[in-house]
Amino acid sequence: MKYLDEYRDGKIASRIVDEIRSIQTKPWVIMEVCGGQTHSIVKNGVDYLLPRGIELVHGPGCPVCVTPLEMIDKAHAIARRPDVIFCSFGDMLRVPGSEGDLFTIKSEGGDIRVVYSPLDCLKIARANPDKQVVFFAVGFETTAPANAMLVSRAKQDGVRNVSILVSHVLVPPSIAAILQSPQNRVQGFLGPGHVCAIMGYREYEPMSARFKVPIVITGFEPLDILQGTLMVVRQLEAGRAEVENEYSRILDREGNRPAQKLVASVFEIADRKWRGVGSIPKSGYKLRWEYRDYDAEKIFSVKEIDTREPEICISGRILRGIKKPHDCPAFGTVCTPQHPLGATMVSAEGACAAYYAYGRHLESKREELEAMASLGGAA
Amino acid sequence: MCLAIPGRVTETFAKGGMLMGRVQFGGVTREACLEYVPETQTGDYVLVHVGFAISRVNEEEARRTYQALLELDQLTELDVPEVVEPGTFGQGGSE
Ligand code: SF4
Repeated sequence: MKYLDEYRDGKIASRIVDEIRSIQTKPWVIMEVCGGQTHSIVKNGVDYLLPRGIELVHGPGCPVCVTPLEMIDKAHAIARRPDVIFCSFGDMLRVPGSEGDLFTIKSEGGDIRVVYSPLDCLKIARANPDKQVVFFAVGFETTAPANAMLVSRAKQDGVRNVSILVSHVLVPPSIAAILQSPQNRVQGFLGPGHVCAIMGYREYEPMSARFKVPIVITGFEPLDILQGTLMVVRQLEAGRAEVENEYSRILDREGNRPAQKLVASVFEIADRKWRGVGSIPKSGYKLRWEYRDYDAEKIFSVKEIDTREPEICISGRILRGIKKPHDCPAFGTVCTPQHPLGATMVSAEGACAAYYAYGRHLESKREELEAMASLGGAA
Repeated sequence: MCLAIPGRVTETFAKGGMLMGRVQFGGVTREACLEYVPETQTGDYVLVHVGFAISRVNEEEARRTYQALLELDQLTELDVPEVVEPGTFGQGGSE
């Protein structure tokens, strides 16, 4: 872990931590929603800097993690077809389905290509008119405008051999689902900055009022996270529940209007299944009817594949802030980033993978050993 | 995966009816779609997510954010090679 003076802005960091300590009167549980924030918190040990009693729990904001296994298997079934060029962002390649991952399919002769931008698929489709080019459209609100542009341009330009496999999820319905759960512990949220750069934060306001929970839209740098946490604690201690914007240097309440407009013309809201969590009503996008010819699920009519997470995995409860990676007996033993058993281990931005990457599986052992040693000493 | 990377716009142009630009990130220059930030001009700093500029930022913010992403090892998507269309030579990229 890092110590305060190792931060680039160590003085500011310690001032924020001191202020949190000085106003805090009770324990609070705060969730960061974005996987980028989770990664930054764990890498920089931000959670260790906070006063005892301020607990950060890690939300469902990693799109790779929450893509359901069924969808991964569908992607693999399409990617295996000889008439298909299957395109994806790099982070989906190692996610295991029921039988191997996209790397396996590539090694068996599948034409799998990692692209930087969805628009690359348009170029690939034009260069390969005898092939079907399929893009695995995974992501939150931040990525939707890029995928919407791909489909909209393809239709406008009459490119017929490109389609997208849509697995788009939305942040606000997942927050609502967490708050509605009877086991919920989360009392305040750090909202996702780059998601809100697109969507603004209007839609968080009714939710904050309805559930009486502070939501502070926050950046991903350590100082942002500390500042966002301070703003949430201030609200909690004052009994306020509002949406505030810690990240005003990047975004405003309205978000990016041109992007919102194109997304709304290409996609409509649909129920979506989240890996580890299950189905959440109205929690994602599907293509509008006008764009059905670009829907890979319709074109390739892949059958529903029944899959199940191993019983031992508690990633569903981790994603809702009820448990932490250390609570799982498989964490760092049978479940590792090389052999992920569940949602939160499949991507570097998942809580289990981030804890593992920064050695926290060893910490838990150390604490256990110390506890055992002290018990032994007392006997 | 939802983080956007700041870069400096070195060129803007229209291509296939779309507003596009070249954006420089550290030592790498990539093509980016500017349709969502149409007021962008050469010399501006923008946040780019998967090849799309999503908002403008000032220079100092751009530098800080870039450094933070570098420290978090969140710049690997820039290593993915650019797809060049047949018959073109990477618009704006060829010297
Ligand atoms: S360590 Fe693995 S098995 Fe345990 S909760 Fe995390 S992903 Fe699931």
